[in-house]
Amino acid sequence: MKRQRQRLDTGARIDRSQRLGFRFNGKSYEGFAGDTLASALLANGVRLVGRSFKFHRPRGIYSAGMEEPNALVQLGKGAASEPNLRATQVELFDGLEAASVNCWPSVKFDVWALNDRVSSMLPAGFYYKTFMWPKSFWHRYEKVIRKGAGLGIAPQAPDHNIYDKRHQHCDVLVVGGGPAGISAALAAGRAGARVILVDEQAELGGALLGNGERIEARSGVDWTLGARAELDDMAEVRVLTRTTAFGYYDQNYVLMVERVNDHLGAPAGTLRQRLWKIRAAQVVLATGAIERPMVFANNDRPGVMLAGAAQTYINRYGAKPGNRAALYVNNDCAYRAALDLVEAGIRVEAVIDVRANPTGEAVAAVRERGIDVLAHHAVGGTLGSKRLRGIEVLALNDKGDGFAGDIRRLRCDLLCLSGGWNPTVHLFSQSGGKLDFDEKQACFVPGEARQAVSAAGAANGVFALQGCLAGGTAAGREAAQKAGFEEPGAPAALPFSPPEADPLNPVWRLPPVSKGEMRFVDLHNDVTVSDIELAAREGYGAVEHLKRYTTTGMGPDQGRTGNMHALAILADIKGVSIPEVGTTTFRPPYAPVPYGVMAGRDVGVLTDPVRMTAIHGWHERSGAVFDDVGHWKRPWYYPRPGENMAAAVRRECVAARDGVALLDASTLGKIDIHGPDAAEFLNRIYTNSWSKLAVGRCRYGLMLGEDGMVMDDGVTTRLGETHYFMTTTTGGAARVMAWMEDWLQCEWPDLKVFLTSVSEQWATLSLSGPNARRLLSELAEGVDLSVQAFPHMSVRDGRVAGIDARIFRVSFTGELGYEVSVATSYGLALWQAFLRVGENYDLTPIGTEALHVLRAEKGYIAVGHDTDGTVTPGDLGMDWIVSTKKDFLGRRSLARADCVRPDRKHFVGLLPEARVPEGAQIVDEPRRRPPMKMIGHVTSCYDSATLGRPIALAMVAGGRERMGETVTIPLTMEGRVVKAEIVSPVFYDAQGERLNV
Amino acid sequence: MLQIPCPHCGPRDEVEFSCGGEAHIARPKESDALSDAEWADYLFMRANPKGVLAERWCHTLGCRRWFNVERDTVSHEILRVYPMGEPRGGGSGA
Ligand SMILES: [Zn+2]
Repeated sequence: MKRQRQRLDTGARIDRSQRLGFRFNGKSYEGFAGDTLASALLANGVRLVGRSFKFHRPRGIYSAGMEEPNALVQLGKGAASEPNLRATQVELFDGLEAASVNCWPSVKFDVWALNDRVSSMLPAGFYYKTFMWPKSFWHRYEKVIRKGAGLGIAPQAPDHNIYDKRHQHCDVLVVGGGPAGISAALAAGRAGARVILVDEQAELGGALLGNGERIEARSGVDWTLGARAELDDMAEVRVLTRTTAFGYYDQNYVLMVERVNDHLGAPAGTLRQRLWKIRAAQVVLATGAIERPMVFANNDRPGVMLAGAAQTYINRYGAKPGNRAALYVNNDCAYRAALDLVEAGIRVEAVIDVRANPTGEAVAAVRERGIDVLAHHAVGGTLGSKRLRGIEVLALNDKGDGFAGDIRRLRCDLLCLSGGWNPTVHLFSQSGGKLDFDEKQACFVPGEARQAVSAAGAANGVFALQGCLAGGTAAGREAAQKAGFEEPGAPAALPFSPPEADPLNPVWRLPPVSKGEMRFVDLHNDVTVSDIELAAREGYGAVEHLKRYTTTGMGPDQGRTGNMHALAILADIKGVSIPEVGTTTFRPPYAPVPYGVMAGRDVGVLTDPVRMTAIHGWHERSGAVFDDVGHWKRPWYYPRPGENMAAAVRRECVAARDGVALLDASTLGKIDIHGPDAAEFLNRIYTNSWSKLAVGRCRYGLMLGEDGMVMDDGVTTRLGETHYFMTTTTGGAARVMAWMEDWLQCEWPDLKVFLTSVSEQWATLSLSGPNARRLLSELAEGVDLSVQAFPHMSVRDGRVAGIDARIFRVSFTGELGYEVSVATSYGLALWQAFLRVGENYDLTPIGTEALHVLRAEKGYIAVGHDTDGTVTPGDLGMDWIVSTKKDFLGRRSLARADCVRPDRKHFVGLLPEARVPEGAQIVDEPRRRPPMKMIGHVTSCYDSATLGRPIALAMVAGGRERMGETVTIPLTMEGRVVKAEIVSPVFYDAQGERLNV
Repeated sequence: MLQIPCPHCGPRDEVEFSCGGEAHIARPKESDALSDAEWADYLFMRANPKGVLAERWCHTLGCRRWFNVERDTVSHEILRVYPMGEPRGGGSGA
C-alpha cells in the first residue's frame, strides 16, 4: 500500500484518524474518511484515471463535482457493479473497488488509443458519414464500434438494494446548500415556513467547503456549522444532504434522489436511495455555478484542471493535485486559487491571464507573493501525454485574437484553468423560466420565471460571497412571505453592490499554434474547436444540430464544462451574439438517476396489482393454470395429472355439454343502478330497449361508443321498479363504470340515477350443463327452480347452501345455466358446497379456455376478442339488438357512410382444415409471399370437442354473403396455408333448444 | 405532474385524475338532422389550441366527480376550475 504522498498534513474536511482502504484499477490505496474517490486518488498521486470516449486519450481528474467529464468509473465488481459514476462524487468507503471505464485492456495501455493517432480521420459526424453507408453494413460495424466507444458496463444481475419513495409538501424548497441556499433557508425558516433544504454533497457549505472564504471573522465552514445547528433546531425545517434535485416539473413539483447509504458502499438488502417527490409552494434555486475552462491545444492532459477544483482539493480534502503549477485565466476569481496553491506548498510558476492589464485586489495579492503574472498572454499548448509536463506560453497580439512572439515553455505538472463561471440554471430552465444573457460575465442567468421560483447566489449570476448571502436571505424571506410567513422584526435586507473587479475577458478560441493539434471543447465526447468549425461549415449551424452532429454536450457530464465554449465558438463563426445562437434545451434529469430508485418498491410481486377472487386459494391448490384478465387472475384450465392443456379443456367442455360444470365467474363487472330514471338511462346506454323489461327478468345488452363501435356487452337484470343490476365484461368493468358516470354527470345531470360498482362485493359461481338444475335443487331453498316458475333470463332470490343468494338463470355456454351470486366472503363456502354435492354429478370445475370454446361453438361474441373497436353491431350480424325507436349512444354513427359500406367485414364462422392462430390473415388469392390482398382475419379459433373439429370465428369482408365459399389462411413465409369454409358463426344448437329445458 | 384543484377534495396530484378532453362539447340533440360531416365534427374534431383550453377532468381516484378546468396548454398553468354546466370564461350560471 502506497503512502498518501500528495496529502497535506493538517486542515481540510477529512478525518485523518479514519483510514479507508480501496482499490482502483486493481491497485490498493488508502484514503481518509471525508474523501471522494477523486480526492483520495489525487492524494495518492494518481493522475491517469480514464480514457476519453472517442480517441481514448489519457485523462485525469478535471473537476471536483458532478461536472466531471473524465474520471468516470465502474464501481464495485461483478454483475451488480455500477457504471459511469464520477469519481469526484463517489464518497470513499473502506473496501471500495473501482475501475476506469472506456479503456481496454487497461488504462495505461489502451488499444483503442490508436484512434488518437488517426484522429484526423475521425472528425465530427464521422459515424454518420462512414458507418451508416451502405446501410446494410451498419450491423457489422456496430458491435465493434459499441465496444470501442462504450462507457461502463451495465449491471447484469438483479439489484439487491431497497429503494424508497416519499411524498412531501413544503412552503419553501431551497435547492443548494451553499452560502446563498443556507441564507435562504435560514430566512424562510425564521419566518416560520415549512422549509426543505437540499444539497447533493455530504455536508452543507457548497463553495465554502472548498474556497476558504471567511464570513464575519469566522471561517466559511464554521459559519456553515453554526447555520446547520440553527436549522436543525427549527421544527419545520428539514435538511437533506446527499440529495440531488434532478427534475423540476409543473406546479413546483420537484423530484429528488437521496443517496442514503451509497457512501457506506450500499450493502445488499439495505435502503440505498430514496426518491423524494416534493410539491413546494415556493422554490429558491441556489444551485451555484460551474467553472468554465480555457481552450487550447492538448488541453486535456492529466494535470489540467479547473482552478476552483484545485482549490477544493486543497482546502476541503487536503490533497495536492500537483507540485508545480501554472494558472491560465481570464478573470480575477482564480487568483485566489493561486494563493491557496502557494499556501499548500505548491510552487506556482505563473498566472497566465488573457486580459491586458488585470489590477484587481486578488491580482495584487498574487503579485505580492512574487508570482509571475503574464498579462495579455495565453497558453498555446501542453507537453506530456499521460501526465502534464509543461506548457507553452505565448503573448497575444494587439487585438487579442492570435499569438505574437515566441513560445515560452514552463515546466509544471498542474495547470489550473478559469474561464469564468456558468450559473447552474438547469432546474430554472426545466421549470419553464427564460434565460437572459449576462454580457459582462458572459453567461446565461435566470430571467423571467414561469413558476413560483426564484434564484439566488451564483445560480443567479451573483458570484461574490456577500452577494450570495444577501441574495439568499432576500430570496428566502420573499419566498416565505409569498407562502404566507413573515418573520416579525426581521432586519431590513441590506442592499448589495458587487465589489469592483476587472471584468472577465472571454477569449473563447485562439488559433492553433501548430496545425492539427486538438483543442478540446467537450472533453468527454472528444469534441474539438475544429469539429465545431466543421459542423458550421457543413451547415449544422443551429445549436440543436451542432449538438447532434458533433455530440458536444451529450455525454454523462452533459457538457457542463464545455457547452458555453461550443455556443460561443459557433456564435463567433456565424458572426452573431451568443444569445442569438441560444442554448440547447435543459431537460430532466439534471443528473443520472438509477432505475432502481424510480421503481422504488414497485418490483417483483408489487410491480402491478393482482386481483383475486374469493376462491383463488382453492384454484391454486387444485393446480389451476391462470389466465390474466385485466388485473384479475382467472383459472384458465385445471389439468389433471398427466393431462396437457388440450386434454383438460376437452374434458371440461364435455362436462359442460353432457353433465354439469362449475365456473368461477366472480370477476364479471357488476354495477348496481338505482333511481327513477334508471330505465331511461339504460335506454340511452344500450342499443336495445329497456322500458318493458319486467321486474325479475334479465336482458342481454350491447353498448356502443359514440362512434358506433361495440364497446362492451353483458346481461342486465331488473331487480325492482327502480333498481337494475348490470354485468359487464371482466376487462371492461372500470371503463363502463367511468363511461356511464361521465354521461350522467356531464351530459344528463337531469337523470335521477345512481351507480355503484359492486364487482368485488359479489362472488358469482356459474353452474352450466344439463344437470345444473338437479344439482342446484339439492342446495337451493325458497326458490322454485321449475321451468315454468324460473324461466331462462330471469332472477330469483333465495338461499343456496344456507347462504343468501341471488340466482340468475343465464348462460354463456348455450347450456342450461345458473349464476349464483353471494356475498364475496361466502364465495368459497358456496364453491365447496357445490363440489360436495357435485360429487354425485361429476361436477367439473372449468376455466376460461373451456368457456371460450363453449361460447364460440354458440357464436357468442367475446368483446375485445372478436371485436377490436372497429366493429359495429351490423358487422356482427346483431342488428336485431339495435332499436330503431329510440336514441342511444352511438346510434347516429351507425348511419355514417363508412358504417354502411357493403364491403365491411362481417362476423362469420369458419371451418378451417386445421387450427390456426388468432389474428391470422385471410385471403382469397394466396401467393408465395406477401403482399397479398387481405380480406379479413381470424378472431377466435379452437378445437371443438363437441364438433370434433377445429372451428373459428372471423371478420371477413362481405362474409355473410359468402356462406359456403372457401378462403385461404396463409401461415408461413414458406407458403404453408390452411383452407377454410365460411359458415354461420353458430356452430351448435342453432335453435337454442338446450336453453329451453 | 400537474396539481389539480378538485372543487370537492382540494389540490391533488394529476395521477388521481383522468382527463376527458375539450369541455363544452354538447351532444347534438337532433343528430339525424346533421350531415355526416357535422356529426363527425362533434365526434372527432377538437380545438387543440396553443394557449387557454377548457377541458374536462374527473377525480377518478378521489370523489369521481367531473368538473371543468381552464388550463394554459403552453405553461400548464391551471387558470380556473368550475362545475359542469357552467360556461367558460368566468361567468356564473348558464
Ligand atoms: Zn375530488
